[in-house]
Amino acid sequence: MSKHHVTTTINGEPVEFLCETQETMLDVLRNTLNLTGSKEGCASGDCGACSVICDGKLVCSCLMLGVEAEGRSIVTVEGVAEGDTLHPVQRKFLEHAALQCGFCTPGLIVASKALLDENPNPTEEEARYWLAGNLCRCTGYDKIIAAVLDAAAEMRGERSAA
Amino acid sequence: MNYIVSKPELKVVGTRPVRPDGVDKVTGRAQFGADMVLPGMLWGKVLRSPHAHARILGIDTSKAEKLPGVKAVVTAKDFPDIASEEAFVGEGPMNFRDLSRNCMARDKALYEGHAVAAVAAISQSVADAALALIDVTYEVLPHVIDVEEAMRPDAPILHEDLFTQGVEPKPTKPSNIAKRLHFKKGDVAAGFREAEVIVEGRYTTQPVHQAYIEPHAALCAVAADGQAQIYSSSQGQFMVRAYCAKLLGWDIANIRAVPLEIGGGFGGKTLVYLEPLALALSKKSGRPVKIVMTREEVFRASGPTSGAVVEVKIGARKDGTIVAAQQVLKYQAGAFPGSPVGPGCMCGFAMYDLPNVEVEGFDVVSNRPKVAAYRAPGAPISSWAVESALDELARKLEMDPIALREKNAVRDGSKTHYGPSFRDIGFLETIRAARAHPHYTAPLGKNQGRGVACGFWFNIGGESSAAVHINEDGTATVVSGNPDIGGSRASMAMMAAEVLGIPVEKVRPIVGDTASIGFTHLTGGSRVTFATGMAVTQAAEKVVEQLKARAAQIWEIPAEAVEWKDGAAYPAGSNAGGFEPLSLADIALKAARTGGPISSEVSLNAQGAGPGFGCHICDVEVDPETGAVKILRYTAVQDVGKAIHPAYVEGQIQGGAAQGIGWALNEEYIYDSQGRMENPGFLDYRVPVASDLPRIEAVLVEVPNPRHPFGARGVGEVPIVPPMAAVGNAIRAATGLRLRDLPMSPPKVRAALDAARK
Repeated sequence: MSKHHVTTTINGEPVEFLCETQETMLDVLRNTLNLTGSKEGCASGDCGACSVICDGKLVCSCLMLGVEAEGRSIVTVEGVAEGDTLHPVQRKFLEHAALQCGFCTPGLIVASKALLDENPNPTEEEARYWLAGNLCRCTGYDKIIAAVLDAAAEMRGERSAA
Repeated sequence: MNYIVSKPELKVVGTRPVRPDGVDKVTGRAQFGADMVLPGMLWGKVLRSPHAHARILGIDTSKAEKLPGVKAVVTAKDFPDIASEEAFVGEGPMNFRDLSRNCMARDKALYEGHAVAAVAAISQSVADAALALIDVTYEVLPHVIDVEEAMRPDAPILHEDLFTQGVEPKPTKPSNIAKRLHFKKGDVAAGFREAEVIVEGRYTTQPVHQAYIEPHAALCAVAADGQAQIYSSSQGQFMVRAYCAKLLGWDIANIRAVPLEIGGGFGGKTLVYLEPLALALSKKSGRPVKIVMTREEVFRASGPTSGAVVEVKIGARKDGTIVAAQQVLKYQAGAFPGSPVGPGCMCGFAMYDLPNVEVEGFDVVSNRPKVAAYRAPGAPISSWAVESALDELARKLEMDPIALREKNAVRDGSKTHYGPSFRDIGFLETIRAARAHPHYTAPLGKNQGRGVACGFWFNIGGESSAAVHINEDGTATVVSGNPDIGGSRASMAMMAAEVLGIPVEKVRPIVGDTASIGFTHLTGGSRVTFATGMAVTQAAEKVVEQLKARAAQIWEIPAEAVEWKDGAAYPAGSNAGGFEPLSLADIALKAARTGGPISSEVSLNAQGAGPGFGCHICDVEVDPETGAVKILRYTAVQDVGKAIHPAYVEGQIQGGAAQGIGWALNEEYIYDSQGRMENPGFLDYRVPVASDLPRIEAVLVEVPNPRHPFGARGVGEVPIVPPMAAVGNAIRAATGLRLRDLPMSPPKVRAALDAARK
């Protein structure tokens, strides 16, 4: 069985890859493109560790086939920072100690960025429901929510950058 | 609102710097277990038993071996059949023989998901195809899942050579009861005669999984000369090395275990599953082999903690003085002995100064995955029963539940029912802080209730090594031997920076592999900040002594005439001479001319870990229609000794509370009639998500542990002990109903509400 040739955009760069029909986008990212920031926690769309933004929409890359990337634009955790400048969400996660083991963190960073792209002024409840698809077993979510709301405030210009 | 008894002169310890490994973790660069790749790497996969209990009559691997792309197949035949021997390598009791048979079934498959064969192939899809070509002939045997059913004399027996320990006379028939434990202090019968109020109840818990988000993963490479490299995610690279050496019969010196980042463990990564299989496959194929578990495999094949039945009876005088306490604990061990019933027997009553105590515990095997350590192993189960019973006692006595605990609380000098006496503990300070917290007296609405519960964990010390190297420019490198599961690199760097007197940003901490640092016991038992922190501190102190000696040499004065402060050497007083201070960087620059590199490694066996105590306050609202329980507000108060990095200490407390809330409300294993798990995924095994929880306030009480250089005591395990009873007691307050079976999920709460309405 021959592989499929896929042309896509990842983190703003043109990318071509070959994949088997059944290969998920997560497998392609991790095993073909060496973008191992996206994690596999469940492979069933329940944990959110593989979250990416595809054409502006937050998706679990484990629920997307590699061939579905054709012609689309995908942002992974590796594309959230600009060069060596961290995204406010990344910086606030560090300042608030919003991570312990760090395994769910890439997915949460991507999901939080997607939230703030869509809703720059979320309430705590909105943030909690938006991030309900991203499991974290270490933190109890407290500092994650604090970090996301703080990042949102900073991005709205209500607090100066640290 | 923290109660801090801090040393004001501390400059780094007690602050909240960004963790040194943080940027890698928010940008996706950190390498976890499954992220590592080696040239020529093969993919390994594991064939697992579909039966809960079956004799393995034969395994035919010939078709799989002939499949193009398959490079190796292994079964139990490829591992030495090792003798029974107790291991002291992980966090809980373990036997090398049992561990070997847990990694790869020999003769019998003892639970659904038990590994029976493994393959290595050029791709994941070829490996999957190969698994389908392995023929295993099973004779399916009757199975047993429930703990009390497994204890019956007519139950299906898992191990024909397992005879109950701790009973007289020595049994002649095999049993699923591996061990009976018994603890006694005073005379409980006399105590209950003296009691004016007695409460008793039978409480049950379901097995719950640690549910670390990162599945187990290992990459192993064995060379033709037997030199082996292991790259894996675990709670201890030295643990991985020790277990693999034993299970394969190899020399420890031939194995180098490199710890990758660990995506959560909570005790569940204190043993091995994949590493021995990947090593055997690599040896056979001559190529590196990577194996990564699926989430389903994590649930079916790796250890949760025990489900249990706990009977408790407590008697008190009318003034609230407890005069007798009794407990019987029956813990599931899974397929091999070794449940945490021992600590369960100790922890439930450990917090109270009781004259008469009797506790009996049973370690029981059944056809489930072998249990693994889970955060304060055994304690949450025991305390669920005791702390619920104390709530009932307080109600009967019409006494404030915190006041009841305060009246009976252990203090310095109190002797436990299992032997040791407490010293330098902060339990009273903790419960008084809880009682004084505004949460405790905040108003509640309709269908809402408030519960409190306390928790205890021993905390341990043990063997640790750490090295501090001064670099040529005056920065420092700290090497230690514990995988960083929740920010320990930060606390190690902070303790070194404090001693050296330099900014924490000038200290770069790394986690060494087994060939780069001295032996270090695994990350567990809440030991790292205490024991490894002690090694780091002592190594830094030795470095300071060297720095002073070098300054003395440069100044040509005696070393005693030099003092070290704020990262520089000063002459100690005017008699020593009028020298300008020499900074660490000045001395480092001249190191070659004053004796060579400045560094120190300390290996120690730390004693005197301070026990930890917590008190949690929980508000719930119960939906009378659906039985759903919403956590409205949660406050967790804990004596942490001294918080090295308070934000990560708070995080431990918040995370432990969240796991306990999941245990209380949702998490359980569901089995079908064939002994197969029906919910091996995060959709049906429901851990708390962000929208299930409120903010969790962590209140740090700091009663220093005098046996740690900065006063730290372990913090990670205590916070999972109180939540189940705190939630149950809150439900009791909201509904008038005492629930005794976990999880208190909507169907169960609804059924209890319906029964009460009739």
